[in-house]
Amino acid sequence: MDMDNILQTIFNFENYGELLVLVQNSLWAGAVLGLLGGLVGTFVMKRDLAFAVHGISELSFAGAAFALLIGADIIFGSLIGSVAAAVLLGFMGVRARDKNSIIGVIMPFGLGLGILFLALYEGRAANKFGLLTGQIVSVDTVQLQALAGTAVVVMIALVAIWRPLSFASVDPEMAEARGVPVRGLAIGFMVLLGVSVALSIQIVGALLVLALLITPAAAALRVTTSPKLVVVLSVVFALTATVGGILLALGSRIPISPYVTTLSFLIYVVCRVIGRLRSDRGLNGRVTRDQPARAL
Amino acid sequence: MDRGQLLTPVVSLRGASLQFGKRTLWRDLDLDINPGEFFAVLGPNGSGKTSFLKVLLGLQELHSGTVSLGGHPVERGSKRIGYIPQQKSFAPDTPMRARDLVGLGIDGHRWGIRLSAGKVNQRIDELLDLVGASDYAKVPVGQLSGGEQQRLRVAQALATEPQVLLCDEPLLSLDLHHQQGVSSLINQQCHERNSAVVFVTHEINPVIDYVDRVLYLAGGQFRVGTPQEVMTTEVLSELYDSHVEVIHTNGRIVVVGLPDATTHFHDDAHATAGEDL
Repeated sequence: MDMDNILQTIFNFENYGELLVLVQNSLWAGAVLGLLGGLVGTFVMKRDLAFAVHGISELSFAGAAFALLIGADIIFGSLIGSVAAAVLLGFMGVRARDKNSIIGVIMPFGLGLGILFLALYEGRAANKFGLLTGQIVSVDTVQLQALAGTAVVVMIALVAIWRPLSFASVDPEMAEARGVPVRGLAIGFMVLLGVSVALSIQIVGALLVLALLITPAAAALRVTTSPKLVVVLSVVFALTATVGGILLALGSRIPISPYVTTLSFLIYVVCRVIGRLRSDRGLNGRVTRDQPARAL
Repeated sequence: MDRGQLLTPVVSLRGASLQFGKRTLWRDLDLDINPGEFFAVLGPNGSGKTSFLKVLLGLQELHSGTVSLGGHPVERGSKRIGYIPQQKSFAPDTPMRARDLVGLGIDGHRWGIRLSAGKVNQRIDELLDLVGASDYAKVPVGQLSGGEQQRLRVAQALATEPQVLLCDEPLLSLDLHHQQGVSSLINQQCHERNSAVVFVTHEINPVIDYVDRVLYLAGGQFRVGTPQEVMTTEVLSELYDSHVEVIHTNGRIVVVGLPDATTHFHDDAHATAGEDL
């Protein structure tokens, strides 16, 4: 395959209009999951759970692979796997150091289990691959409804605990003193995170979940520290990556995940550069008086 | 103190004891802290200073006895309490500016999202102005100095107009200049708003000019009184059960010869108390 062929395989916009109609479902699913990823991602960053997301996604993959093997619903299987992993981490990994070693232990175990189940599975190979790299194009209307419904429930729950969860995430001791149920919120958020991971896997696959749940929020944090703006930007970035990725992937036979992850990566790089330029100029919102102001 | 006796105490402990396992931190503590009183809690590490605060915050149950705040039993998250913690460092990319930190003190504990921002923003501005932090209202907390952060902590603690300010080593890791600024700010609240201040510290000198009374905890015992009554060679030697020399000089108090043993004691107590969180 020469370079032209490769490019044509990656970017192919023939019969675009007709294809667009066919993938309407996927676009909607991408939009819903982008919104969810952008929202959940801000808390993943605040709570320093990036590595946990990776661990959860591997167990989610094992759950999905098991469901595939026994002929059960794949989304359900990945939900069980990721929620179980998330809750386990929530209960066990209270301290940051503990947390990382527990994740490091769980992650390869989950991946190994998944590979075992896939090896035992005798169906279509594309199904296997889809679990790891995403399979959104095959979303049908019933699946879409289930996906969107679950995502909406997660988002409503997230909004309901938004303020105390933010408090507990950025300033846990103070939140505790003010009577915020810090521990309960931590477990509650892990459940929501588990569900979000399982849903995101349907789009980008287990290996690339980080691109949906972490990169957009991490990019937003590079350019602003306003809590509101972080959320808005994170959602916009995630939507751009998912919907944009699906639109770019449309004409080709390549899975959408490389498009989504590349878009998301590029957004991050741009945000990093902007953030760097800004900090070089020393702008951080401080009001400077004529007299060199002492800290107090 | 004459004025204090006419008022209802803000904090009241009766026969209060606290122990972890077999180790008694203090027992049979009877104590009233009055409005407008600057009350310091002193003692070596692990003597139960922080646990004393946790009891008032409702995060730690007494082993026996009672404790009340403003005439009511203590409860978690009470509006009667403003809590000022030790200075800690925030990650530089923490998505929170100075004004957001103060905002958490106003409505951070409520469910849902903040729907009407107007009133809250106005209150944040008032509080920032009160502690002289308006100039860095929009600076990310991760980029503020320790002293600036502690000013914000004061603003955050004052958000609910509390009757008592609980301060847990708020001057720790601040330089002298900031220590003076923050402690005079806290003292100002004590007098202007007539709220009580309970100030936990291992070092009395930065606040010596403000302190009305002292609770000194050591070796499972305690003494309550004015600094002149408690900070003496006689009293501290008795508490530590070994000879300790207390020297008053230039309005400062120097304690010489604190036994090392208490430090070890201390470490386990901390671990136990920490896990209870």
